[in-house]
Amino acid sequence: MLTLECPYCGIMADETELSPGYEAHLKRYGPGSTDAEFEAYMFARKNPKGVHFERWRHAYGCGKWFLAARCTATLEVFGTYPAQTSGPPPHIIAAIKARRPGWEAGQ
Amino acid sequence: MKRYSAFAIAREAIGNHLGWQKAWASPAPKAAYDVIIVGAGGHGLATAYYLGKNHGITNVAILEKGWLGGGNTGRNTTIIRSNYLQDPSAAIYEKSRSLYETLSQDINYNVMFSPRGVMMLAQTHHEVRGYRRTAHANALQGVTTEFITPARVKELCPILNIDGPRYPVLGALWQARGGTGRHDAVAWGYARACSAMGMDIIQQCEVTGVRSEGGQVTGVETTKGAIACKKMGIVVAGHSGQVADMAGFRLPVEAVALQALVSEPIKPCMDVVVMANTVHGYMSQSDKGEMVIGGGTDGFNNYTQRGSFHHIEETLRALIETFPMLSRLKMLRQWGGIVDMTGDRSPIISKTPLGNCFINCGWGTGGFKAIPGSGWAMADLMARGEPGPLAEAFDLWRFKEGRFIDESVAAGVAH
Ligand SMILES: Cc1cc2nc3c(=O)[nH]c(=O)nc-3n(C[C@H](O)[C@H](O)[C@H](O)COP(=O)(O)OP(=O)(O)OC[C@H]3O[C@@H](n4cnc5c(N)ncnc54)[C@H](O)[C@@H]3O)c2cc1C
Ligand SMILES: [Zn+2]
Repeated sequence: MLTLECPYCGIMADETELSPGYEAHLKRYGPGSTDAEFEAYMFARKNPKGVHFERWRHAYGCGKWFLAARCTATLEVFGTYPAQTSGPPPHIIAAIKARRPGWEAGQ
Repeated sequence: MKRYSAFAIAREAIGNHLGWQKAWASPAPKAAYDVIIVGAGGHGLATAYYLGKNHGITNVAILEKGWLGGGNTGRNTTIIRSNYLQDPSAAIYEKSRSLYETLSQDINYNVMFSPRGVMMLAQTHHEVRGYRRTAHANALQGVTTEFITPARVKELCPILNIDGPRYPVLGALWQARGGTGRHDAVAWGYARACSAMGMDIIQQCEVTGVRSEGGQVTGVETTKGAIACKKMGIVVAGHSGQVADMAGFRLPVEAVALQALVSEPIKPCMDVVVMANTVHGYMSQSDKGEMVIGGGTDGFNNYTQRGSFHHIEETLRALIETFPMLSRLKMLRQWGGIVDMTGDRSPIISKTPLGNCFINCGWGTGGFKAIPGSGWAMADLMARGEPGPLAEAFDLWRFKEGRFIDESVAAGVAH
């Protein structure tokens, strides 16, 4: 079972305590946007085999949304961070690079 | 290729079984092919088969990174049905189901298609309304289904508890001509038929890059070297996003794990397939006597072919009210596959931004039943370069244009 640390409560939460929210850092488009932008926002997904950033909700805890960096090929967790950011913070990038030297942010 | 028959068994019995041939050849890749199919699962093999059979295209290679049929095709619970709500789905799944009826004869390989009947239980009033609507839709689509009473449900499947306190059985959508098949045999049978037509099935050959020039694919890079092609079909299920990435486009697909399990073998106790979509579980009994059980997908992107244990627990917990006998059964094995889930839970059989590259994916949790029909439609698309009536609604651009084929609401558990 996946175990993630909720960055708000600071506790380790089992997967049964969390709700998954899929890809993080999607740019949200609104009225006046093109069809292609809406498609990218609503449907087109990175779906990488490797490092992935995703949304999780501490559903049976504090109820807050947070973000996680995780490897979809090994299920290794690199770290979690609060959702109020448009990209992964430097310490998360560093944690990923320490484990995946060839990896580049923005992939 | 020597044909399989009762006579062949007798002949081989006399000859100490020394005359059986390999079911398919394992050649080294040639430098170039007319068509390369990436992925030797059921859908890739069926595409190749119908390219040869229906369109006379046989200079074909099917490239497989592992062993053929080792993906979802060899990991599924083999439910075959066509009682879908939307017209495009009903058309392709019914084509597929009807091809299954004669597939063993067509490819001279026993795929053990068993039209034992599929029952989708209605355990809430919402489901009763939903399945009545589907039965009406199916009548208009020419798919034979009916909405049956709880008494009839009990008659068809006596081990069901229809009076559960939380989820009483209020009726069911019954498709008498649905059923199950032997998953490995479908892959092996198509592979043997493709090989007999002179196609090359190349296992242990992972596609690692796609070469293109001026918006056209020119070939692929693989772990067995570069191979050129005039047309390419991507048919890799859970790995679709990855291969599409190599070809330079993005898909409305997420890869997640779906698990299944079987019990210890017991005497025959159930001769239909039962799906209980409200509680998210379904079950049938294999010829070996195992109860074959499945449920919902895990909830996050995953390429590891294993899921979280609590999903297995949830599936069994949910089914126990409806099948009380399960509480006394030991579970034997459990496994997972990586399924390709699209934004509208319907598949993609489509052209791509690259002119001579085609994709077939997004069958998610329910594509075993679709293997013959999907291969038929994909071969047609690849041979002519344009989709026929079975494929045209399933194009990639429907997500941009809002033409969804929404089966997620209709199917609940989508098998
Ligand atoms: C647990 C479970 C239960 C299911 N139950 C049912 C059911 O009851 N009824 C039903 O209809 N459907 C069911 N399904 C769904 C069904 O199994 C799939 O939709 C179907 O088998 C997909 O077939 P495919 O040929 O597209 O994919 P696969 O069989 O997965 O084949 C894809 C192949 O592509 C290969 N590949 C991937 N990447 C590369 C690469 N880069 N280079 C070369 N090869 C590559 C893979 O190794 C694989 O062999 C179930 C699935 C699972 C996991
Ligand atoms: Zn919390």
